[in-house]
Amino acid sequence: MIAAFALILVCQLFGEVISELFDLPVPGPVIGLVLLFFGLLISRKPPKVLTDAADNLLIHFSLLFVPAGVGVVTQIDRLKGDWLPIAAALIVSTLLAIVLTAMLMSKLLPKQTDVSTPDSAKDAS
Amino acid sequence: METDITQLWVYLSTKPLTGLTITLVAYSIGFWLYQKSNRNPMCNPVVIAIALIAFLLKVTDTPYATYFEGAQFVHFLLGPATVALAVPLFRQTETLKRAMPVIVFGVLFGSLVASASTVLLAWALGASPETLASLAPKSVTTPVAMGIAENIGGVPALTAVCVIATGIVGATLGPMVMNMARLKDWRARGFAMGVASHGIGTARAFQVNETAGAFSGLAMGLNTMATAITIPFLWHWIFG
Repeated sequence: MIAAFALILVCQLFGEVISELFDLPVPGPVIGLVLLFFGLLISRKPPKVLTDAADNLLIHFSLLFVPAGVGVVTQIDRLKGDWLPIAAALIVSTLLAIVLTAMLMSKLLPKQTDVSTPDSAKDAS
Repeated sequence: METDITQLWVYLSTKPLTGLTITLVAYSIGFWLYQKSNRNPMCNPVVIAIALIAFLLKVTDTPYATYFEGAQFVHFLLGPATVALAVPLFRQTETLKRAMPVIVFGVLFGSLVASASTVLLAWALGASPETLASLAPKSVTTPVAMGIAENIGGVPALTAVCVIATGIVGATLGPMVMNMARLKDWRARGFAMGVASHGIGTARAFQVNETAGAFSGLAMGLNTMATAITIPFLWHWIFG
């Protein structure tokens, strides 16, 4: 388990170094993700300790957003000033992106024989 | 008595332990309520936790920086967790190989629609340049979005708030809107959720349908990379 976490941190560290060294706009952890992904492709069968460690980190992925989210208390003035454009962008463009992307992908993805479709619209809400 | 409690709080609030404990307790309460509500997407554990902590900071007059002394330990894990996304992405290698061009095109399309419509709409409604730059990367996962916002002159803290709100909007209203549009392919539905509302949308997609979840995770991971590369280049190209 420790070795798996160490490997994840090493990927992140290399990512940060590459991002800093080449002055890339891509954040270090994303480069780390790419490095680990290619590492997995090369190894073909990733060790179970690594996949377990990754799964454990991701189970409560949403908890990790809480400290940054509480930062809302420092942004009250800006939110008050720009509330309309922010609210409109959050709701309208998020839903627009979802619907348009889903439409495009339903057209383009190759048809599967075992496509599971929602039994009823209610289940999917 | 009153002063004793005040002094105790003054003492405790300077300890990182307090911020860390509050974060975990608030999230546990949020998660408990979420399960009590039959996993109603409106009872989002992240929103509940943020609201509880923000309220607590307000009534105790504690600065965010003091809270963050402790909460940073949780925040730090966002980096390794982002790296760990390589594992679910790797599990989708077969799908990736089969439909690579379509998937790449879909990610670029979704990423562009999400950021361009955000910037255009907010600009038309008179948002300040800092707000625009903070909003632009709102569809990718928080640590990456904060990095992008910083790169293009936004306010990372505002970005974090907008990213989380975007995830919640997508997770709660996204499936409803796709039902209205009669979109039934689970793969396409999950994919769209992952592109537009990152980890929070993916968590939601997994609860509804496993295929949707897998495609959502795939789209989120690829979109993280696509947006981290496209937005900074486009931004510097358009706005100099």
